Amino acid sequence: MIALEAPLRVKALSAYYGARRAIADVGMDFAKCSITALMGPSGCGKTTLLRCLNRIHEILPGARVEGEVLLDGENVYESGMSVIELRRRIGMVFQRPNPFPTLSILGNVLSGIPPGAPRRERFAAAEKALRSAALWDEVKDKLQKSSMALSLGQQQRLCIARALAVNPEVLLMDEPTGSLDPISTLSIEELMKVLAKRYTLAVVTHNMQQAARVSDYAAFMLAGEDGVGRLVEMDETSRIFTNPSDRRTEDYITGRFG
Amino acid sequence: MRARHIRSFIGTALTAFCASLGAVALLLIFAYVLLQGFRALNPAFVTQLPVPVGESGGGVANGIVGSAITVALAIVIAMPIGLLSGLFLALFGRGWFPSVVRFLSDVLSGIPSIAIGLFAYILFVAPFRHFSALSASFAFAMLMLPVILRTSEDAVRSVPREIREGALALGMSEYATTMRIVVPAARSAIITGLLLSIARVTGETAPLIFTAFGTPFWELNPSNPMAQLPLQIFTYAISAYQSWHQQAWAGALLLICAVFVLNVFARLVLSPMAKR
Repeated sequence: MIALEAPLRVKALSAYYGARRAIADVGMDFAKCSITALMGPSGCGKTTLLRCLNRIHEILPGARVEGEVLLDGENVYESGMSVIELRRRIGMVFQRPNPFPTLSILGNVLSGIPPGAPRRERFAAAEKALRSAALWDEVKDKLQKSSMALSLGQQQRLCIARALAVNPEVLLMDEPTGSLDPISTLSIEELMKVLAKRYTLAVVTHNMQQAARVSDYAAFMLAGEDGVGRLVEMDETSRIFTNPSDRRTEDYITGRFG
Repeated sequence: MRARHIRSFIGTALTAFCASLGAVALLLIFAYVLLQGFRALNPAFVTQLPVPVGESGGGVANGIVGSAITVALAIVIAMPIGLLSGLFLALFGRGWFPSVVRFLSDVLSGIPSIAIGLFAYILFVAPFRHFSALSASFAFAMLMLPVILRTSEDAVRSVPREIREGALALGMSEYATTMRIVVPAARSAIITGLLLSIARVTGETAPLIFTAFGTPFWELNPSNPMAQLPLQIFTYAISAYQSWHQQAWAGALLLICAVFVLNVFARLVLSPMAKR
């Protein structure tokens, strides 16, 4: 299945931790302005795949990658594109909210914006990002307060705002609601749907209901006998959940394992 | 059933007794020094120079100032080296080189301070045929270095990986990530290590004997022999005069208080209140 317009494509991607291969031969497209969910049981390599896309995988000692990740047709592992530029174009939100503890709420949002820009511009960008993350109304009166004073759900939206402030094309989310309560989860999911109108989202999720609720496309990954994660299938979410073409996907969806 | 309870009780009592021994020892020392030193402690003791035997009064103002200068210079030498090498070990701590550095630093922290004093003597005193406070600062710096190095390495290491990754994922460079995000997050633990390293050397006496040497006069130039509070305590304590013994106790009280305050500060910096 090839989407018509996919700013992000993965071709024959394998990732290693030292000698151990974590994922093998993954190929898939992330359709523009839509949400692609990466599903699968623990250890299937979905987080590793996500971390290869913005080259954050390689900061771990011994980690390496084979294959291609194409951002607008350019292989991010080969071309002259610097890691810094790549990560500005592909933002990331982590499982556990990770606001920078010594910075204020505003400082966190500003932290990714190059310090060279005029103050007023930087502040405008921060306000826009906070509004996009549906956090502005809750924090506009305490922008100088510590980010640690926010609730976990607010912290996660702050991290989303921080990623948006850099103005990326793609947003990677690694189980963004994995450590949140149901109400905060709901607000993040609502936010994801809004963000998908402007950004290309790739979301790792443990939670099939979540994948069914928010995503447009879904990919199912599974680790084989050898412990190496592979892509089983990928399709429109409605199809994956109603009429998957692979038996293993059906078993997982229907709760027979995982 | 009963035997088990008795064994449990004896075990608990024994460990609690041993645990309290340590605390009691500190309290006894503090109480005795307080008792002995308090009588000789007065404003003149901290503001005046020593007086010759036979005259009453006098103080150790030159020793207090001398110790402060010597320790301050030691901080200037040890802090940048210790912080930067701790940072190096925390960020690039794999392979043989960091392991060797870590091992040598542990060995250094175990070398007796008198041996380090001798080393400073050979290096900075003997060639110039001149005692100096600077050579004492060098010896102190060698004693502080392993403490600063290990505490700052641990501090930077204890910053959660997600924080560092979060900064890198925003497109921050390694340098900006380290300097603007990781080090500030480790700030309070680093400061604690610094304070503890200062407390470690404040009471050191042995290396001073053949480096700073001491003098009964005012001396503020670190390239000259300089009075030091621990040295004055040593000189007074082994003297034959009752009045000097009194002053030695008062000096010891001052030193203990200084170390105590440093330790309390170190705790305060680390407390969750200070992190907000």
